[in-house]
Amino acid sequence: MQTKFKTALLAAGLMASGGTALAEESFSQWMISLTRHKEVKPVDNKAYKDECSGCHLAYQPGLLPAKSWEKMLNEKALSDHFGDNASLDADTLKEILNYAVANAADKSYYKRSRKIALATKTGDAPLRITEVRYIKRKHHEIPEKMIKGNKDVKSLSFCNACHTKAEEGDFDNDTVNIPNYPKWKDR
Amino acid sequence: MKKLCASMAVIGALFMASTARATPATDELFARYKSEGATGFDAERGNKNWVKESKVEGGEMMSCTTCHGDDLSKQGKHHKTGKVIQPMAPSANTERFTDVKKIEKWFKRNCSDAWGRECTAQEKGDFLKFLLTK
Ligand code: HEC
Ligand code: HEC
Repeated sequence: MQTKFKTALLAAGLMASGGTALAEESFSQWMISLTRHKEVKPVDNKAYKDECSGCHLAYQPGLLPAKSWEKMLNEKALSDHFGDNASLDADTLKEILNYAVANAADKSYYKRSRKIALATKTGDAPLRITEVRYIKRKHHEIPEKMIKGNKDVKSLSFCNACHTKAEEGDFDNDTVNIPNYPKWKDR
Repeated sequence: MKKLCASMAVIGALFMASTARATPATDELFARYKSEGATGFDAERGNKNWVKESKVEGGEMMSCTTCHGDDLSKQGKHHKTGKVIQPMAPSANTERFTDVKKIEKWFKRNCSDAWGRECTAQEKGDFLKFLLTK
């Protein structure tokens, strides 16, 4: 946070003193990273991205607490992963587990992850993101016919069916578009 | 001249067809499956197994085509998650069957999902033989 502040001061200072292209660039990058930190950290590990995008969106580790990833990402659990066999070789599994735990909601400073961490602090580790209270609450106004009854969505689990920037970790209301229905915001 | 062109095209087509039938990865796997006890591989048997319905899941009979679709040159769709699966036919998707680890990983997973057990070396080799003709 401190370094961010310094960067901002520096950027502002540079801009004031004539605004070189470089200063503008770092300033806008700082702005972008500031807005990004409101969301969830995008996946930046190749093994995780490759292996966990095989059957669905590669859910960002910041969507569940570390205790959930520990419960899900072991050999036994992965051989029956929501009814599918998603087993991995030992080395890959280790890398993926370490990455998920290090970037879990309760280890992240991204705003949404913090909220998920708070919502899952007590109680059993949820195996589904869609079981997390915070996530449930955000969606409870959406009628079933727009989710289960919608052939292009089918389940709330498929975030990227509606959240057009889900792969980048952006779940903001502004980027939601429920297929086959008018834009949610203009409701 | 016309005739020459035509025969060149035929030869070209034949050549392409025959190169589509194997990759270094599948050569390695065929050898491995043989060392694990499989005897010659048969595309026809692979085809039969590919469409064989065995396990019921969610009131639906499962086969390889449940997710991969009926036309292997087209995209398939995961039956639960709806995730698009790129075409299985090497003629439509040149990345197919080029990575030994990836092939073995998905055989392991998908045989368990569709059949409730792992596939034998013989079955895997027959599948590959069949898929490589596509
Ligand atoms: C072989 C296919 C497959 C692979 C590979 C796979 N998953 Fe899944 N995953 C599923 C299925 C099927 C579901 C359940 C979807 C449903 O709700 O019906 C699921 C659900 C999930 C959910 C719960 C979503 C929710 O909130 O409802 C999480 C989290 C998850 N997977 C994480 C992962 C991670 C992390 C990896 C990489 C190690 C991974 N998955 C790899 C098939 C897979
Ligand atoms: C059926 C479409 C749909 C699916 C699928 C879906 N969402 Fe949403 N989501 C919405 C809508 C619509 C809103 C806005 C709700 C509102 O403002 O009333 C929303 C809001 C949110 C918000 C709050 C956004 C904000 O700006 O406060 C988060 C976080 C979120 N979703 C995460 C997820 C995650 C994670 C998944 C997958 C596990 C998911 N969503 C799946 C439609 C969907």
